[in-house]
Amino acid sequence: MSDDHVYLSLAEGHEDDTRWAYGTGFEDPLHGVDTTVLEGVAADLLAADCVALADDALVSAQRLAEWTTRAPELEEEVALANIGLDLLGQARLLYARAGQVDGTGRGEDAYAYFRDADDFRNVRLAELPVGDFAFSAVRLLVLSSWRLAHFEELSSHPDPVLAAVAAKGVKELTYHRQYAAEWVVRLGDGTDESHRRTRRAMEQVAPYFGELFTAYDVRDEVVAVLRQVTEAAGLPMPVYRPLTGTGRDGEHTEHLAPLLAELQSVARAHPGATW
Amino acid sequence: MSDSTPDPTAETARGDWPLYEVFVRGKRGLNHVHVGSLHAADDTMALTHARDLYTRRNEGVSIWVVRSEHIAASTRDEKDPFFAPSADKVYRHPTFYDIPEDVPHI
Repeated sequence: MSDDHVYLSLAEGHEDDTRWAYGTGFEDPLHGVDTTVLEGVAADLLAADCVALADDALVSAQRLAEWTTRAPELEEEVALANIGLDLLGQARLLYARAGQVDGTGRGEDAYAYFRDADDFRNVRLAELPVGDFAFSAVRLLVLSSWRLAHFEELSSHPDPVLAAVAAKGVKELTYHRQYAAEWVVRLGDGTDESHRRTRRAMEQVAPYFGELFTAYDVRDEVVAVLRQVTEAAGLPMPVYRPLTGTGRDGEHTEHLAPLLAELQSVARAHPGATW
Repeated sequence: MSDSTPDPTAETARGDWPLYEVFVRGKRGLNHVHVGSLHAADDTMALTHARDLYTRRNEGVSIWVVRSEHIAASTRDEKDPFFAPSADKVYRHPTFYDIPEDVPHI
C-alpha cells in the first residue's frame, strides 16, 4: 500500500466480509503455529501446566457467568460475561493442547465435563462462591494480575502453542485487570457501604494468596498492582495470611463440586450430544 | 462513584447514571459512526462499557463517547426550513464528474 492512496488503505478489508458493515477479520490465535512437541519439553509437565491454567480459566469463567441476569447494571453484565468468555477461550485452547501433548488425544470436552473435582487443578480462589459485586471485582483483580504476570513469562515458553495462547491472553488479561482495578477504586473510594464491602472482600481473598505464589513466582508483580490500586481506592493492603494446601494438588473447598455439577450436568446427561 | 452526598434510595442513585452516545470507527470506516447509547457514571466507565457493548464482534479501532445532554440536535419542527431547500439543487452534487474507480469514498 502506498501513502498517496490513503482511501484505498482505509478501505482495505478482508476478502469475504463485504456484507458486514464493520468487517469481520477474525484471527485464529494458533494460525501458523507449529503444534508438534519440541524435543527437550517434558510432555507430561507441559500437559499438566496446560490443564492447571485451563482449570483456573474455566472455573473463573463459570463464576463470572453467574452474574448473567443478576449484575447491578446491564452494561456490567455484558462486561463480566465478556471477561468470562475470554477465559473460556483460553481454557479451550489449553485443554486442546493438553490432549495433544499427553498422548491421550482427548478433546477439550473430556477435560471440562468428564473429570471430577479431585482431578481439577485450579487454585481455590477461583472456585469460591460468587459473593457480592465487590468480592467479584477484588477476586478478578487478584486473579487477572496473577495470571497476567505469569502469561507474560509464558509468552516466551519453548512450547509454541502455549506461548501463542499466552501472547493472546496477555491482551485479554490486561483489560480484565483494568476493568477490575477501576471498579475496586470506584467502590473503595465510593460510599461507606461500598468501602466496607470492598475492604471485607480484600480480607476474604487474602488467605488464598499463598497458593497463587507457590504456583507461580510472580508475587512482586501482583503486590505492586495491589499496592497501586489499594492506595487509589483508600483501602488497606490485604494482610498476607498463608493457608495450607493448594488446588494445584487437587485440594479444593466444598464449593468446587457444586460448581462442576452445574457446569457438567448437560454434557453428562447427554454425552456426545451436538446441536 | 465519588458522590459525597449518599442518596437514601440506591435505586434512584443507580438510575441517575447519565446517558452517553457511542461512536465507533470501524476498521474500514473513515468516520466514527453512531452505534447506540449506554448508561455510565463517568467518561472512563462509558468508554469501558462502550468497548464491551459495541466492539464485541471485532468492529472497532476507535471509540468516542459523549454525554447525550451535550449534543445539540435539530428538531422535527425545523425539518422543512433546514433540509427542504437543498432538495432541488442537483448542481451541488459532483454527479457531473467522472469519478476514478479507485476513489471509493465520495
